Amino acid sequence: MTDKTANTEEMSVYDELPDVPPKKKIRLTWVGKLGVTVVLFWVIMVFIGPYIAPFHEADIMAYDSYMPVWSKTEGEGFHVLGTDYIERDILSRILWGARTTIGISFLATVFAYLIGVTLGIGAAVAGGWTDMILSRVNDAILSLPSIMLGLLIVVALGTSIPILILTASLIYAASVFRIARALGQDIMVMDFVEAARARGEGMWYIITREVLPNAIMPLATDFGLRLVFVVLFISSLSFLGLGIQPPMADWGSMVRQNLEGLGYGSYAAVWPALAIASFTIAINLIVDDISASEGGSLARKMI
Amino acid sequence: MTVLLEVKDLRIEAPKKDEPAVKIVKGVSFNVKAGEVVALIGESGSGKTTISLGALAYTKPGLEFSGGEILLKGEDVLTMEPLDVRGLRGNRVAYLAQSAAATFNPALTINEQVTESAVLHGVMTQDEANTRATELYHALELPDPERIGFRYPHQVSGGQLQRLMAAMALVGRPDLLVLDEPTTALDVTTQIEVLKAFKKVIKEEGSAAIYVTHDLAVVAQIADHIVVLYAGEVQEQGSVDQIINNPQHPYTKRLMAAAHAGPKPGMGDRLSGDHHKDIANIEVKNMTAGYGEIVDGKPAITVLRDINMSVKNGHVVGVIGESGCGKSTLARVIAGLLPPAKGDIILDGNILKGSYKQRSKKELQRVQFVYQMADTALNPKQLISEILGRPVEMFQNLRGQEKRAKVAELLRLVELPVEFENRYATELSGGQKQRINLARSLAALPEIMLCDEVTSALDSIVASNVVKLLKRLRDLTGVSFMFITHDLSTVAAFADEIVVLYAGRIVEQGPADEVLAPPFHPYTRLLISSVPEMRIDWLEETMKKREMTAGIARGVEITDVGCPFYNRCPIAISGTCEKITAPTYELKEDHFISCHHNAAEIEAIEKAAGND
Repeated sequence: MTDKTANTEEMSVYDELPDVPPKKKIRLTWVGKLGVTVVLFWVIMVFIGPYIAPFHEADIMAYDSYMPVWSKTEGEGFHVLGTDYIERDILSRILWGARTTIGISFLATVFAYLIGVTLGIGAAVAGGWTDMILSRVNDAILSLPSIMLGLLIVVALGTSIPILILTASLIYAASVFRIARALGQDIMVMDFVEAARARGEGMWYIITREVLPNAIMPLATDFGLRLVFVVLFISSLSFLGLGIQPPMADWGSMVRQNLEGLGYGSYAAVWPALAIASFTIAINLIVDDISASEGGSLARKMI
Repeated sequence: MTVLLEVKDLRIEAPKKDEPAVKIVKGVSFNVKAGEVVALIGESGSGKTTISLGALAYTKPGLEFSGGEILLKGEDVLTMEPLDVRGLRGNRVAYLAQSAAATFNPALTINEQVTESAVLHGVMTQDEANTRATELYHALELPDPERIGFRYPHQVSGGQLQRLMAAMALVGRPDLLVLDEPTTALDVTTQIEVLKAFKKVIKEEGSAAIYVTHDLAVVAQIADHIVVLYAGEVQEQGSVDQIINNPQHPYTKRLMAAAHAGPKPGMGDRLSGDHHKDIANIEVKNMTAGYGEIVDGKPAITVLRDINMSVKNGHVVGVIGESGCGKSTLARVIAGLLPPAKGDIILDGNILKGSYKQRSKKELQRVQFVYQMADTALNPKQLISEILGRPVEMFQNLRGQEKRAKVAELLRLVELPVEFENRYATELSGGQKQRINLARSLAALPEIMLCDEVTSALDSIVASNVVKLLKRLRDLTGVSFMFITHDLSTVAAFADEIVVLYAGRIVEQGPADEVLAPPFHPYTRLLISSVPEMRIDWLEETMKKREMTAGIARGVEITDVGCPFYNRCPIAISGTCEKITAPTYELKEDHFISCHHNAAEIEAIEKAAGND
């Protein structure tokens, strides 16, 4: 053993023992991988959906409405998922709708994050009156039911895609603000932030180099969840007839328009509902799995 | 004596995908006899906690038992059925964690928590458990034992909570206690009180125990048998007498060397005469500080009162006192992190503004604060190159290649490899992090460094290495230090001057060798007597001393009038001390004491009491 080399004076063999280094990699289980696969599938559809769809989203087949799954029509083609209430091909509309539903939701979530994180972390770093005013305004927005507020804005400003994105991002920026501010406050009381302030760092450096890098993981996880809420929000608005306007395809409005078909034994409303469900559940699976592999600490931070 | 627990060739490892498993415990064997206390001693990373948890058939997540057996009364706990393991934990083997404050649930009363496991395991009824708990409170010498159980955890002190946790472990009469560093986080005075109670109760209950610690002096007081561990292997084991008085293995000898002999005058490595570098003096004058709104120079909660002290050029000033005495607050006020309510901080004749926000960049550069916990003081998401590079950039105005060279120089200065610049702080060990923490302050080219308990969270060997480094930095850079600690031995080894703080007031200050020699202020005497010595029976001898009976087991109380130490002082003058603020007088040149007794009286009392 080491006895021979070590004498009583110099015993450099007994170096300081390092702590066990933390695990840095996030390992996904099959559940998370399934989520990634489904989300990836829909993301690809956002880009190529309209090109591989057998028909255009607005094509009305002059044949029959509420055709069952796997029906052939003479001359016009083959409808894998049947047709809807005005004889449009459902599969094509779902593929086209991926672009509208996911694209709009994604943009709205990105904007919500830009607004919410900037103001939230800004409020945490600035503190005092700035924090007070921003937080109280934010509380006021949060106290209004999001769907009602959304309806109000859309009715007042009219329905167009830019307005829809703006509405959703403003409404969801409020909850992002909450999380960003809470995370920011936790980090602001850490010694390394105080050390940075005490050496005279400006607010910009503190936000971008000290606070944000430590908030990014929980925020990224929350981004996934928030995206789900926005998808459901846009779909709800469309379901109420105030979201995306016909003839553009969108999953939410497809459910609403074909609801009646359920009475005739048609599955036309089920397929877009499944599309919404698969996308949102898949995102949740990924988020949960990341959270679990981090020992649940992310999940705790977000509640 | 019958053997209660037999650990045979225990192996624990961390299995890895695609790689060979990391071995944490590499074939450890030892026995615990009935009624015996076995100490597992070693640094962090030596596997001592991992082994002790093995007695509960438990491993931390990511580890697994890979060999050997742990026999409790002949039954292997590692091969037990899950249901039997449930009956084992908390019932037959009880675990006492390091931090009682983190272990107790703040929403339940103490009794509910102390009795829970015994009732849950069906060992006794609630009534029996309550009676038994009260008995233990008596045995542990807790104040108001009949009613303390009805309080909530935040209503008792840290030392009391630690003892209550012992009651929690003992209530179901377990065969074996596992104590994991139960006194490490405590002040010396509190540690002694907890140690005494533990020793008494273990003896009375006749229970066997595994005592995990890195402090040999503590072990000498409480253990019967010592197992010395390094990197998951037993280096040496034997009776306490044999290990303490006649250590064989070089590692044990090194541990003994790191655990110092107790604070004595003259043991330090003081400044040599030629140490007169051109470094600023910093002075604190009539300073009062605290928290909350300041009205008429008086904060809502006053922490520091009428502080007068200075750090002369290139000197090391040690600040000592128990927790809650205002040591850290003093450093924070000087650094500008907490503006004082009254008084001045003077740097080289210029009065500094109270808040760092109003100080100039040059002033910020000259006074640097070093945080206690490197874990929270270093941004976990920044590379070392940025952590060190940023202050170099700000204060030395260097960019690019020059900055990199400076960072490399700083790393070499704190004895770390240059490659560390590409690592994150989380990838370093505790001692390495503390070095980076120091290097960051050095990057500003400071003239005074305010070190707040920088060695307190470290193991003894690591801490002594950090102190060595600080000494080297002092000689190399000539920087002045204010060194805050509750570890008197470190101060004795490093400081030129010592300031003793009690309840926000300076009770004694002066050259280190004089403060550490009699005559003492009664509080300094209490602090020095409380430092465990590497001697068996030290605890018993010390507890008989006069200052112990009066001073131990009472908390720090901040008072507005009179001497705050009154309620713990063995030589207090009733009618005077609690009413009139103690006068400060010069004992010898530059050696000040605040006490109602004059120097001759203190000396006479010390002599009469027969203290050294």
